Amino acid sequence: MTALVLLDAEDGTIPQTSRSAIAAAATLGEIDVLVTGGPDTIQAAAASAAKLPGIRKVRTAAGEAFAHGLAEPLAALIVALAPEYDHILAAATAIGKSALPRAAARLDVQIIPDVMDIKDAETFVRPIFAGNALVTLRSSDAKKLLTIRTASFDPVPAEGGNAPIEAVTPPSSAEKSRFLSAEHSSTERPQLEAARVIVSGGRGMQSAEGFKILEPLADKLGAAIGASRVAVDAGFVPNDYQVGQTGKIVAPDLYIACGISGAIQHLAGMKDSKVIVAINKDEDAPIFQVADYGLVGDLFQIVPALTAALE
Amino acid sequence: MTQRDIMEFDIVIVGGGPAGLAAAIRLKQLLPDESVCLVEKGSEIGAHIVSGAVIEPRALDELLPDWADRDAPLTTRVTREEMYFLTQRKAFRIPALARVMPHLANHGNFVVSLGDVCRWLAAQAEAMGVEIYPGFAAADVLIENGRVAGIVTGDMGVTRDGAQGPNFAPGMELRGRYTLFAEGCRGSLTKRVMAHFNLRAGVDPQTYGLGIKEVWEIPAERHEPGLVLHSFGWPMDDRTYGGAWLYHFGRNLVSYGFVTGLDYANPWLSPYDEMQRTKLHPVFRPYFEGGRRLIYGARALSEGGLQSLPRLTFPGGALVGDAAGFLNTPKIKGTHTAMKSGMLAAEAVAAAYTADAPEPDTFTDRLQASWLHQELSAARNIRPAFARWGTMRGALYAGIDAAILRGRAPWTLHFRHADHETLRPAAACPPPVYPKPDGTVTFDKLSSVFLSNTNHAEDQPIHLRLRDPALWKPVNWDIYRAPEIRYCPAGVYEVADPDSTPRLTINAQNCVHCKTCDIKDPPQNIDWYTPEGGGGPNYPGGM
Amino acid sequence: MKILVPIKRVVDYNVKVRVRRDGTGVETAGVKMSMNPFDEIAVEEALRLREKGAADDIVVVSVGVPQAADTLRTALAMGADRAILVQSEESPEPLAVAKILKTLVEREKPDLVILGKQAIDDDMNATGQMLAGLLDWPQATFASRVEKTDDGLTVTREVDGGSETLSLTLPAIVTADLRLNEPRYASLPNIMKAKKKPLDTIAAADLGIDLTRRLTMLSMAEPPTRKAGVKLGSVAELVEKLRNEAKVI
Repeated sequence: MTALVLLDAEDGTIPQTSRSAIAAAATLGEIDVLVTGGPDTIQAAAASAAKLPGIRKVRTAAGEAFAHGLAEPLAALIVALAPEYDHILAAATAIGKSALPRAAARLDVQIIPDVMDIKDAETFVRPIFAGNALVTLRSSDAKKLLTIRTASFDPVPAEGGNAPIEAVTPPSSAEKSRFLSAEHSSTERPQLEAARVIVSGGRGMQSAEGFKILEPLADKLGAAIGASRVAVDAGFVPNDYQVGQTGKIVAPDLYIACGISGAIQHLAGMKDSKVIVAINKDEDAPIFQVADYGLVGDLFQIVPALTAALE
Repeated sequence: MTQRDIMEFDIVIVGGGPAGLAAAIRLKQLLPDESVCLVEKGSEIGAHIVSGAVIEPRALDELLPDWADRDAPLTTRVTREEMYFLTQRKAFRIPALARVMPHLANHGNFVVSLGDVCRWLAAQAEAMGVEIYPGFAAADVLIENGRVAGIVTGDMGVTRDGAQGPNFAPGMELRGRYTLFAEGCRGSLTKRVMAHFNLRAGVDPQTYGLGIKEVWEIPAERHEPGLVLHSFGWPMDDRTYGGAWLYHFGRNLVSYGFVTGLDYANPWLSPYDEMQRTKLHPVFRPYFEGGRRLIYGARALSEGGLQSLPRLTFPGGALVGDAAGFLNTPKIKGTHTAMKSGMLAAEAVAAAYTADAPEPDTFTDRLQASWLHQELSAARNIRPAFARWGTMRGALYAGIDAAILRGRAPWTLHFRHADHETLRPAAACPPPVYPKPDGTVTFDKLSSVFLSNTNHAEDQPIHLRLRDPALWKPVNWDIYRAPEIRYCPAGVYEVADPDSTPRLTINAQNCVHCKTCDIKDPPQNIDWYTPEGGGGPNYPGGM
Repeated sequence: MKILVPIKRVVDYNVKVRVRRDGTGVETAGVKMSMNPFDEIAVEEALRLREKGAADDIVVVSVGVPQAADTLRTALAMGADRAILVQSEESPEPLAVAKILKTLVEREKPDLVILGKQAIDDDMNATGQMLAGLLDWPQATFASRVEKTDDGLTVTREVDGGSETLSLTLPAIVTADLRLNEPRYASLPNIMKAKKKPLDTIAAADLGIDLTRRLTMLSMAEPPTRKAGVKLGSVAELVEKLRNEAKVI
């Protein structure tokens, strides 16, 4: 069996999300990766991809059409390469989620999104109902197209391999959509839903002023800032900070809950985080029941100390 | 002033519970060509219904005699029933239940999900042409020239500070020649109508209970469909009215709940924790082992009975169901009485409509002549006996009243105090010690509220308002230590900084619309208003 | 411009679903059903395009059980002109739905199809892309802003770490993300009027499309509950654990 993994190649580097998708493919036989990009970035991206461990070959497709991850040319390319593969995977990122279902339809295959476990070559586990249930599905399609829930697979290292690079000629197709511009929020804080790290505050922050001590910590971690509903209702922070059942549902790699008691409504919004840290003065707070690491004490001492310790 | 659209109907009904739906159906039977509009604040019919429920099919038999052929969700017949008097560790089964508590005999009754029954009733009503609009709260009552002329639905899209948001949609006037208020216990418009027309003059104060309920799925081997258990005594002290129920129904489902009389005196009492800890009693606990909790909800109910019934009609309409207070407390049933009251009111409205009379005042005579009055009359002395003499002597009186006097005592016991007058100062009362939730049989309040599926659009005015915020600290806090944080079964009320500068926090989003705060607040300073339509709990099927 | 808006009837987002004990699915008996929230946003966007003069005909379509007609009525009450119910016994997979929609697109000839980015029940996030693939139309997923231009559409999309703006030629497929708009309330008079708007019913079986499921559900389970971790003694210990054990910083 052979799998093809579509990589997101941003600025010539291979992000962690794509490396998680490669990890997911590991049980599915030999792995080729597909790197696409504009003429000016493709070389660097291909070189980065070639260093990934466990890759049979790197296939590249360059051109203006691929410079911005547009779904139409990507899907057409995947369809063209599909006869050579049993499984085609991508990380469940904006690009993977846009291109793979489109390609799957062209191949008359039912896409399987957000795969969090691969039982065997045709059996997959994925979340439904916002993660409140997990289904195990068996695909009867001759070929499987999957997007990978990246938090469920530890990424392969960025280096260690030396795979050959092979350019493919993309199929020609009429331009259907055109990239105009991108607005990156990189200078500001990341969006809550997209953040890899979230620092979140609750009633224990005591005031809008108190809440501000989370900012240096978030800066240090490149984290988004969230809040519990109590903190929002008390006016410490605006509404769109709210994490929880009625706010945003998040699943970062690291969630640091400061002064949050852990009402179930809040837990419903962040329980899928990979690692949860709780800082609370009440050692009976329910948040400790879900936290991987807990610190009992005054957050007004702990948070600055933690910030300082991350120097 | 916002310009409001107007819609005209012959009859407007507020509330889609058993009373409102039975009234709607009866109206269509009597006046098939007239328009009947029913509004319901819940997101769908049944979304706000909480009841035990064991129901007596008497009213339904009269309303829709062929209900069984219409797939009505009355499928679990009561097969066995037991009543226990509890002490902390022991339970005494009341012998010869049918003789000493004949009102409790449940032969021929059904264990149901009242929410499901209401969904079914609504389908029957819609098929007959009743226009039913869930998700629309009746926020105001139109009173013109001394006559109720309809209601105004709530504005939608109002922001927290009261401004018109981007999606603002003004409420509408729903005008009717007659308006029936079927809002259930302590209806917010019923309250205004009662005040405006002075409907409570000369009657006893209403007294209430707070019912808190859970639905569980239990292992099949412990499930006995149709088994009905009730308890009184522990954990209540002798001066506090209350008890638990446990009904087996459906597919491995049990309905468990606890009613606390809201005339309780100790401000430290927490109806929620009483309900939780009663599950740990050996009579109940085995049923919960290995089960899982599915749904949680709470609702106040009117316990006053006949003596507390207000005048029922006014120019332009009537009060029906538990909004008026038709519950039969000793029988622990209000569905058949609510439905019957709705049907009688519908008949009175039809008569008034035909005669072009402003007030459907034959409702009172029709009630007098009906089994509903007989039933409430026979039960009238039991609840006040408990209020007056406590649980042990009250129960004894109840036995005598039922078994010997057969409800025909030549005297009537009265309620002396409204429930907001009964609290004693916190300093004079011992706080009960409640066990910590164990996470398998007993649970904390917020994880319970989660199972009510309650939700309110975030950016809207707080629907629980203090008339005078300055009153809270000197009265609620200084004297009673904020009883609202304990009686509220949804964690709406919290005290911030209790050790330094105590302030009341109102988490209105958690509200499950039980109305207890509106009832029990000692200075009657909390007013419950309708939030944006569709808000509140979303009780699923089985509740 | 004519807009087709496919919508789905799903378990209401306020309802906590629970997996049946036997793992055969989630409990749906007596559970409140509503329009998929992202589809509501799609309907709203179509209405706003019409209000701006960019569209003149809005057709909503749903594939599913007969009760999906109620969901279509909600869309009609919001302001859609016409509804089509493609009746099927259960909810088909996105690929089958996309094939059904393709047939409807060929009949109705819309210039634009707007639909929710995903349904909140199966969270597949696929129907729009799959329909775009079958039709070979341009697509813009996760839209947070849609503008009609002289020769097509300008769509801003939410992507990882920011947003990007695309121009599309018509006909095209757009999938709606949360921030695209806030849907309006359906007013009482409009709910009444919606009862009289046209709603056609087609049997899915009559379309000659193979609806066979490609994915067989072997089991369904609730996710494992998190277990309490360890309480640490110091900040230094926490930093050490995060670096070397959890490897998240």
